[in-house]
Amino acid sequence: MSPSLRETAATALNLLVFSVVGAGLLSGVYSLTRDAIDKTEQAEKQALVAQTLPGGSFDNDLVRDARPLPVDPLLGLKRPGQAYVARREGKATALVLEAVAPDGYAGEIRMLVGIHADGRIAGVRVTSHHETPGLGDYIELAKNKWITVFDGHSLADTPAERWKVRKDGGRFESMAGATITPRAVIKATHRALQYFSAHREQLLRGTP
Amino acid sequence: MLSQDARDIIYNGLWKQNPGLVQILGMCPTLAISNNVVNALSLGLATAFVMAMSNGAVALVRNLIPHPVRIPVFILIIAALVTVVDLAMDAWAHPLFLVLGIFIPLIVTNCIVLARVEAFASKRSTTHSILDGAMMGLGLTGVLVTLGAVREIIGKGTLLSGIDLALGPMARDWVIPIIPHYPGLLIAILPPGAFIGLGTLIALRNVLLERQASRAARPSVVTSQ
Repeated sequence: MSPSLRETAATALNLLVFSVVGAGLLSGVYSLTRDAIDKTEQAEKQALVAQTLPGGSFDNDLVRDARPLPVDPLLGLKRPGQAYVARREGKATALVLEAVAPDGYAGEIRMLVGIHADGRIAGVRVTSHHETPGLGDYIELAKNKWITVFDGHSLADTPAERWKVRKDGGRFESMAGATITPRAVIKATHRALQYFSAHREQLLRGTP
Repeated sequence: MLSQDARDIIYNGLWKQNPGLVQILGMCPTLAISNNVVNALSLGLATAFVMAMSNGAVALVRNLIPHPVRIPVFILIIAALVTVVDLAMDAWAHPLFLVLGIFIPLIVTNCIVLARVEAFASKRSTTHSILDGAMMGLGLTGVLVTLGAVREIIGKGTLLSGIDLALGPMARDWVIPIIPHYPGLLIAILPPGAFIGLGTLIALRNVLLERQASRAARPSVVTSQ
């Protein structure tokens, strides 16, 4: 073996040793922290999903009672999502759907839509968005109560042409300066309700 | 008492070679995160911590690293450390992770970390390297916080908004309204405000240095009379 080749091999070996030590360190830390991270993630998800439902309307573990949602244009999902079934004493009382509004002012708005078994909205929450701070971000509950305008409404009490902002002849208020954002959220909520009514039996059926 | 070396390192990091104002390194997080004081301080301290750790780790093994592959090894060490910090915070300091979580992985891509490892830690002792990492990080934190304060005051008319995210709900009342009923100036919060603000800070520093230089060049006429 020529000296230069030997040097190259030694360097490569050295790099390999660093990589292996690094990988070992990371896998060690990963397995140490995995349980704690999983637990907080579950708790967070449960809390987030539970926000869309009135307190005391369910007694089950929502995250454990999740079922897959297919990619469907009505939900706007690009990857399969999840639906969470809320039950009280074993009986399905509500459903929380993951939905995406693809046409926000700055890309996708991801939402959770809680729907009572009778088809009324229990609550809508935005889980992630990129709307302009100070203008379009009033769809977050932390910033504004606006997102609660949907509570109690359904396909039955609001015909399709009224699922719009007031400016477009609909029933829902919007804030001056930002109407693209609420338009997207209203449309996505309306579509989620349509998905629910089309698949209601299938979504609520079954026991945990 | 600190040695002359240590004092030089502190002076370099905080002022003379300040990463934000002089080296102009690590601009991506500087510009993105400095839209309010809380974000700026959080990211600044996290960066300082990672810089101190990565500088220390590299200085410790600097004689084992072959010169031709030093950069990949540095990146490997920095990335591993950042991932460890990220995982540990997620598991054991979750509220802090919720605030800083998105910034931590960004630190790997912050070139100031690699720059200090290459320029300093690969040649100097471990303790000096840790000090250099911490001081450079704090120097960057100072710039971030100043920029964050200016942008928040001009953009929103407040200081410390969002502090409850970092310190819990009890801190919600700590938000200081500087200008009451201020309608806000969006451009200061959006990315252009970051460029304008940083440019202004660099210009101010240069004005200050020019003043000092011209004062030093002119011997005092008054006292000679």
